[in-house]
Amino acid sequence: MNPKNSTPPKSGAARRQFLFDSARMVCGVGLLGLGLGFYAKRAKALPALALRPPGALPEDDFLGACIRCGLCVRDCPYNTLELAKPETPVATGTPYFTARNIPCEMCEDIPCVKACPTKALDHALTDINQAKMGVAVLIDHETCLNFLGLRCDVCYRVCPVIDKAITLEMLPNERTGRHAMFLPTVHSEHCTGCGKCEKSCVLEEAAIRVLPPKLAKGELGHHYRVGWDEQKKAGRSLIDESKMLDLPDRLPEGAQLPGHYDPASGHTAPARGLPGSEAGAIPSLPPGLGGKP
Amino acid sequence: MSQVAHKKRIGAEAVESKGWLRAHKWLILRRLSQFGILGLFLLGPLAGLWIVKGNLNYSHTLGLLPLTDPYVALQALFAGHVPEKLGLIGLAIALAFYLLVGGRVYCSWVCPVNVVTDAAGWLRDRLGIKGASSISRNTRYWILGMTLLGSALSGVVLWELVNPVSMLHRGLIFGMGAAWTVVIAVFLLDLFVMNRGWCGRLCPVGAFYSLVGRWSPLRISAPLRTACNDCMDCFEVCPEPQVIRPALKGEGKGVGPVILAPACTNCGRCIDVCSKEVFTYGLRFNNPASTVTLVKVQPETK
Repeated sequence: MNPKNSTPPKSGAARRQFLFDSARMVCGVGLLGLGLGFYAKRAKALPALALRPPGALPEDDFLGACIRCGLCVRDCPYNTLELAKPETPVATGTPYFTARNIPCEMCEDIPCVKACPTKALDHALTDINQAKMGVAVLIDHETCLNFLGLRCDVCYRVCPVIDKAITLEMLPNERTGRHAMFLPTVHSEHCTGCGKCEKSCVLEEAAIRVLPPKLAKGELGHHYRVGWDEQKKAGRSLIDESKMLDLPDRLPEGAQLPGHYDPASGHTAPARGLPGSEAGAIPSLPPGLGGKP
Repeated sequence: MSQVAHKKRIGAEAVESKGWLRAHKWLILRRLSQFGILGLFLLGPLAGLWIVKGNLNYSHTLGLLPLTDPYVALQALFAGHVPEKLGLIGLAIALAFYLLVGGRVYCSWVCPVNVVTDAAGWLRDRLGIKGASSISRNTRYWILGMTLLGSALSGVVLWELVNPVSMLHRGLIFGMGAAWTVVIAVFLLDLFVMNRGWCGRLCPVGAFYSLVGRWSPLRISAPLRTACNDCMDCFEVCPEPQVIRPALKGEGKGVGPVILAPACTNCGRCIDVCSKEVFTYGLRFNNPASTVTLVKVQPETK
């Protein structure tokens, strides 16, 4: 045996053993961590119909701040909130509610937020009308009774922010030709996402649903300027309107626009069926029953 | 016959010399503590008596005392979120408590999974299941590190996604759902796959608390270690048997009788099962290198 190697082998072997043991741990535990990481990523995909309590941080932050204690659940007087069980598709132990089961009653003192020991529910939220649990969307125009021309109005009536968050917009009912449709219309800046509308929709499946704002809202390009708003802000038109050119309008071949002025030809189409024309705005008889169209 | 003698129950000698009650004193107190705490949490949802709200991650007692689990709070901190005022106060109280009495007092006196794994350990002993696979007891520290690093990287309180401890406790209070499967998995792991597998090797909660109790004054000590008759009952009953040897067998090696290893859960089972009354709860500072003088006071026991 080489005497030079007689002492180092022992420490060398120990070092090798230590390195192997560490590598084993790093690999084994790393694999576990990788699995957990992917699970965490999936947990961030909150199902669209699971709503967080008022004041909840955006989902990414919420899962890092919430310590799953359930104090918000306990202090909710309406048993709205529940903690996710392992089998629910919401991150285990975090609070959520399903509007169609029990919606948020929008307590003025917001006890759930007060109870939260973390910033998962933002304590800066003191006015429940500023809550943004989601945005109601009238998601199905084909089954909503008001869209069918009936006067259901239930979502509008139960809305805690009635006439602001939901209004009824009147439109002529072209099917009957003689009635109005009162279309429930959500105004997202006032909607808190409490879910009362979804809960009380009389259909088998709600035609109005509260969705996360991210799903419910579009977003204008940040460079967009709405002309009429800018005009209002400036107090005048931002362009010299006298120099504006009215270009010829292109219409699909064969299409007719009653009363349309075409600047190119200087021709105005006949205005039948429009207000002020001989037929009037609303035909005296529904189409197909002998009245003029 | 020799087989039967070998299968002598752990602590039989202690029961004989001290009586059943004294040979189970700390076990009974521990179960009372575990079930008592669980009972306090359950009084609210079951009887409408809201003494304690919440669960082990954070609780609010009588509207006065907040208690925050430091490990969960630490994961949230790593994920970049600081608790609110009450959460921070609760964190300070819980940390101070476990710094004093020993971190893993949480494991043996509070944690509901301890009942599950103790049951598995007991059944394993009764059924004589031996020689299953084993992994290093240091694995839990690696998992602890992984959960903290993972919380920082994913921005999610990572271990809470799967933590059987909070799943069981939260489940009992807020509704179990499928959390039973996880609890049963832990039970079966300890019963068939690994001796003391969950609490002793894998659980990062226990790993965290053992670090918290690294310098805790309250420790188990073996002041009468020279009376030890090598019956091995303490080693067999102990959930972390590796912690006993240095203290118990340290006489003449200049090692004091206090069990200093932070993995010790301060459960007191060794005190119960020892017929020679070698062990006792003591203070870390009362740790003389030699304890021979102590045993002279002790009258000769059978």
